[in-house]
Amino acid sequence: MVAALRGVTRTYPGRPPVCALQAVDLCIERGELVGIVGPSGSGKTTMLNILGTLDRADAGTVRIAGHDVGTLTDRQLSALRAHRIGFVFQQFFLSPGVSALDNVADGLLYTGLPLADRRRRAEQTLARVGLADRAHHRPHELSGGQGQRVAVARALVGHPAILLADEPTGALDSESSADVVVLLHELHQSGTTIVVITHDHEVADMLPRQVHIRDGRITADDAVSMPRVAG
Amino acid sequence: MTPPSRLRSRDALRVAGAGLAARPLRMVLAALGIAVGIAAMVTVVGISASSREEIDQRLRALGTNLLTVEPGETLMTGEPAKLPQQGVDMVARIGSVTSVSAVGAVGDALVYRSDRIDPGRTNGITTMAARPDLLAAVSGEIDSGRWLDDALAAYPTVVLGATAAERLGVARTDATVTVWLGEQWFVVVGVLEPAPLAPELDAAALVGWPIAQELLGYEGAPTRLYERSPEDRVDDVRAVLPVTVNPENPEEVNVSRPSDALAAQTATDETLVSLLLALGGVALLVGGIGVANTMVIAVLERRVEVGLRRALGATRAHIRIQFLGESVLLAGLGGIGGAILGGIVTAIFAASRDWPFALPAWVLGGAAAATILVGALAGAYPAARAARMSPTAALAAM
Repeated sequence: MVAALRGVTRTYPGRPPVCALQAVDLCIERGELVGIVGPSGSGKTTMLNILGTLDRADAGTVRIAGHDVGTLTDRQLSALRAHRIGFVFQQFFLSPGVSALDNVADGLLYTGLPLADRRRRAEQTLARVGLADRAHHRPHELSGGQGQRVAVARALVGHPAILLADEPTGALDSESSADVVVLLHELHQSGTTIVVITHDHEVADMLPRQVHIRDGRITADDAVSMPRVAG
Repeated sequence: MTPPSRLRSRDALRVAGAGLAARPLRMVLAALGIAVGIAAMVTVVGISASSREEIDQRLRALGTNLLTVEPGETLMTGEPAKLPQQGVDMVARIGSVTSVSAVGAVGDALVYRSDRIDPGRTNGITTMAARPDLLAAVSGEIDSGRWLDDALAAYPTVVLGATAAERLGVARTDATVTVWLGEQWFVVVGVLEPAPLAPELDAAALVGWPIAQELLGYEGAPTRLYERSPEDRVDDVRAVLPVTVNPENPEEVNVSRPSDALAAQTATDETLVSLLLALGGVALLVGGIGVANTMVIAVLERRVEVGLRRALGATRAHIRIQFLGESVLLAGLGGIGGAILGGIVTAIFAASRDWPFALPAWVLGGAAAATILVGALAGAYPAARAARMSPTAALAAM
């Protein structure tokens, strides 16, 4: 099991307090491609932050790549993110003025690998997402779809146990959007565990497993209705 | 177990440098503030060191082994005392004395450009009888013409000090110019260069000892003795000079070391130097505040970058090192620029005054240390703030 949430609750302090997640149970097996689907404000971003160890649960247990996140220090969580978790964001967050190759290589910056090794692996990963010929382009020279594929490569370059994508198609037109979804499927086929957060049902419908979330609760989960999931 | 997050020090430097290079104008402006402060401090110390070096060189050239002997006051009545006539010969007999000479002020012999000048306009020039060996003893130099040798000393000839020649308007020393000295015509045969160790000679008209006694009614008592001995014997000689010059009333003799007065000029400069240095320090402080301001803004603007880096596995310490590194690098660039600028200004100033260029190594070391300190202090708060940021809030800042 790559990720397991048990009774996870996350409440943001305020008046009134906002309950973003309420007693959520979720299991993600190795090699799955899961869509977490819900309208904005449903708690799906909180879910991603907790899966990505960027945020901690107030109650319940979170296990990621075999670690009980609640018992880890901030440094240990950083290490987990550096080595085991890859992120893809809606806005790509590529460094402007830096080549695609070095943007991808930055995915390994905090692993302590020497620059030459980082670049070598970045080159391989860029080839894997089909952008070998764009290695020396800067972000503004790339199309939106290419930019997001560079961001996916950056998330993949460290061979993470789980790839978390937050609205990866949210900033793209439908054509580039389909492009990225195809890429995610290809990666899934080659064995990568992927969680996609989206409010776009068109995207969600193409994913093998969908988890629907609303008001901080899971309202439907393909895996729960069909406990034996391929993967 | 997962290996820990790790940022190589070379990568930390690269990340900090890239952060600065992404906003070059801001970097230059913020570094400029530091540069001005460092340049001011380096220049102040550099100019003061060059001036001291110049004085040291002059002292080395002139020698610090010259002692002068003057009459003091009589113990009983407080009247001006006199030095015995044979003082010079007595001093010459002290074993370690290498040269000795004397002048005697001819009090009532006033000097005018001609006999038509109003007697009230004395120009403040003193007539002095000088021994032929005077120049050697005080390291004096002839600017033009010649010095009073034994032959000239018996004739109404005069050598003018640098200031005296200027006041009288005497430029020629080819024996065509005469001055009205003590109601007599004296031929100007030479003009001296300024004598730093015997400034009293600058405003003097020097005549031969015999002619002063013959024409000007000079009694022959020296008013100032000049004496040189090897450097390591100066203190010993100084101790025995009063009793040698005036065995009967050694307490009526004052001994002084003119090089001390010259060296004291440097000491008086030091107050001004510290004041200017403090002013440079204030400029550096203001520059540091500029860097802090730049860094605070940078952290606010780059929250998303902080969030992304945390997502890529950066620890809080890595974020802190990144921004602290940027701040130190920024201040360091300013410091290097300022040190170069300060060195150039010092070199130009020294060259314009014909001073040697001197910039002690500790100044550059101090400037480097100061910029690192300023950069670290200025960056400490913004870096801590960036490190404290929660990754989710930073990513939500879009």
